[in-house]
Amino acid sequence: MFKFRGSFKDELSLQTVSKEHQEFLRNVQRQKFLVRFTQILILVLALGLWELFATLKIVDPFITSSPSRVLKTISNLYLEGVLLRHIYVTCLETIIGFMLGTVLGTLIAIILWWSEFISKVAEPYLVILNSLPKIALGPIFIVWIGAGSVAIIVMTLAVSLIVTILEVLNGFLAIDKDKIKLVQTFGGTKFQVMSKVILPASLPTIISALKINVGMSWVGVIVGEFLVSKAGLGYLIVYGGQVFKLDLVMSSVLILSIAAALMYKGVVFLEKRLITTYRD
Amino acid sequence: MIDRKLKDNINYHTAKSVKECGNTKKVAMLLFLFTSPCLLKYTVTGKLKGERTLKTVVELQNIGMKYQSLNGEIPAVENINLKIYEGEFVSIVGPSGCGKTTILSLISGLLAPTTGKVLIDGEEVTGPSKKVGYMLQKDHLFDWRTIRQNVLLGLEIQKAVTSSAKAYADHLLKTYGLIDFANKYPNQLSGGMRQRAALIRTLVTNPQILLLDEAFSALDYQTRLAVNDDIYSIIKKEHKTAIMVTHDIAESISMSDRVIVLTSRPGTIKSVHEINFELEDRTPLKTRKVPKFQQIFECIWKELDVHV
Repeated sequence: MFKFRGSFKDELSLQTVSKEHQEFLRNVQRQKFLVRFTQILILVLALGLWELFATLKIVDPFITSSPSRVLKTISNLYLEGVLLRHIYVTCLETIIGFMLGTVLGTLIAIILWWSEFISKVAEPYLVILNSLPKIALGPIFIVWIGAGSVAIIVMTLAVSLIVTILEVLNGFLAIDKDKIKLVQTFGGTKFQVMSKVILPASLPTIISALKINVGMSWVGVIVGEFLVSKAGLGYLIVYGGQVFKLDLVMSSVLILSIAAALMYKGVVFLEKRLITTYRD
Repeated sequence: MIDRKLKDNINYHTAKSVKECGNTKKVAMLLFLFTSPCLLKYTVTGKLKGERTLKTVVELQNIGMKYQSLNGEIPAVENINLKIYEGEFVSIVGPSGCGKTTILSLISGLLAPTTGKVLIDGEEVTGPSKKVGYMLQKDHLFDWRTIRQNVLLGLEIQKAVTSSAKAYADHLLKTYGLIDFANKYPNQLSGGMRQRAALIRTLVTNPQILLLDEAFSALDYQTRLAVNDDIYSIIKKEHKTAIMVTHDIAESISMSDRVIVLTSRPGTIKSVHEINFELEDRTPLKTRKVPKFQQIFECIWKELDVHV
C-alpha cells in the first residue's frame, strides 16, 4: 500500500501542476498526515491511560504493570548487564531459524519441483505435517536434542519449514509454462530452466514467504524458550509469569514486539532492494 | 476480442457469398463453384516463383502424433507430409485444436512424433536444435532482465555469449530501433517493441528457421497490423525461413508464400494455397489491399468451415 502511494506521487510530480492538481496533492498530504497523527494519538492515549489508571490504582499495577514500571524494569535489566544478552540470544535464535527455514524450505521445494515422483510421494506427509500443531513436537525435540539453543532452533524450523516449502513450491508451479518452453526451445536443460526462469521468477514468492517466516520464526523461538531455555526474551516472559513479576513480562513483550517489527522492516527493505528495480 | 472480430468477419463474408452465389438456386451455386478460387487447385512442387529450384529446409514425412491421457488417446495430427523451402514463409491455419501448435513443437524437437520423421536439412530431428528459433504467443520477456539481458538469454542457455555475439545482438537492437531501450526493463516498452525484442532474442542465436506460434495474437488489432509488417520485413531482411501458426486467415495470407489449411482433429493437410500476388516490395499491409486477397480469404474461410 505504501509502495503504491510512493510511486503514485513520483508520477504526479512529473506533470505540470494545475490548481485542481495542487488541491488534490494537498488532500493526499492531509490524508497521510491524518492517518499518521491518529496512529500516534492512539499509542500516546493507550500508554497515558495505562499509566494513569495504574497510578490512580484503578487497575492493580502489580497485575497490569505500567509504562513507567516497564521503563524502570528495562533500565534495571540493562544496568544488571543482562538485557542485551537476553535480546541477543533470542534474536540470534530467530535469525538462524529464519535463515535455515528459508534456505532449507526453498531447497526442498526445488527438489519437489524437480522430481514429480518425490513430490507425489511426499504429498500426504506434507499435508499432515502442515496441519499438525508443531508445538506438540517440542518435548520430543528437547528429549532428543537436549535443552538449549539447538532445540529452540529446531523448534523454529519445525514451525516455519513446511509453510515455506508449500509456499515456494506453489510459486514455482504457478510460473507460466510458456516461459519454461521458451528456455527449452533454446535447448535449455532442466537445471537452466531452474536457474534462468524458476528461481528468478519466484523471487517475489520467496520474499513473501520470508515475510510469513519472520512471524513464524518468532513463534518457534518463543515457544522453544518457553519449553527449555535459560536465557532469552521467551525465558524472561515465562520466568516473569511464574514469579508473578508482570513488569518483567510486559517489558519483554515490548522489546519482543520492537525486535519483530525491526526484522519485518528488514525483509521489506530487502524486498525493495531486490524487486523494485524492475517493478516500478 | 479476437473472437468478436472473427465473428464480424464471418457475418460479413457469409453475407457476401450468399449474395454472390444465390444460396437457394442450385445453378447459381454451381456457377459460383466454378468461378470460386477454391477450384484453382494449387500444385505444390519444389518450384516457386521464378522457377528456381529451392532447397528443402524442413521436411515432414508422414507425421502422426497422438497424445496419451488417462481418458484415452487423442490423435492430434495424422499423415502430414510437407516440404518447406529455404526462405519461404509458410502459414498453417486450421480450426482450434487441429494440432497446429503440435506441428511446430514437432519441428522444434520439443516433442517426438508418434509416427513418421521430421527432417531439418535432411537430418532427423531428435531434440531442440540451434537451427530452429521459436516465437511464442506472448513475448515472455523476463521482467527481471533488461532488454539486452533478455535478448542474450538464448545465447546464455547455449553457452555462446561471446563478444562477437554480443556485438551482433547490439547490431540487431540498433537496426530494429531498440538500442536506446537496451538497458530498460520490459515493462517500460510498448507491446510492439516487446514483440520486436522477442524476435531479436530469437534472431540472436542465428536460427535458420523461425517458428511463430500465434506470435501476434496477444497484441491489439492496430498494433498487430503494424507488427506484422515489422516482423515480416525483419524476417525477410535476415533471410529466414518462417513457419507461422495462426487463427487469423487474413494474417496468414498477408504474410505467407504458402498457406496450409488443416482439417479438424486429427489434423491432416486439407489444401495448400500458394500466395503469389507479384507485388513489388511486398509487405503484409500491401498484400491485404490486393483484390485477389479477398477471394483467397473466402476460399480458405469456406474450407475451414467454421460453425459458431
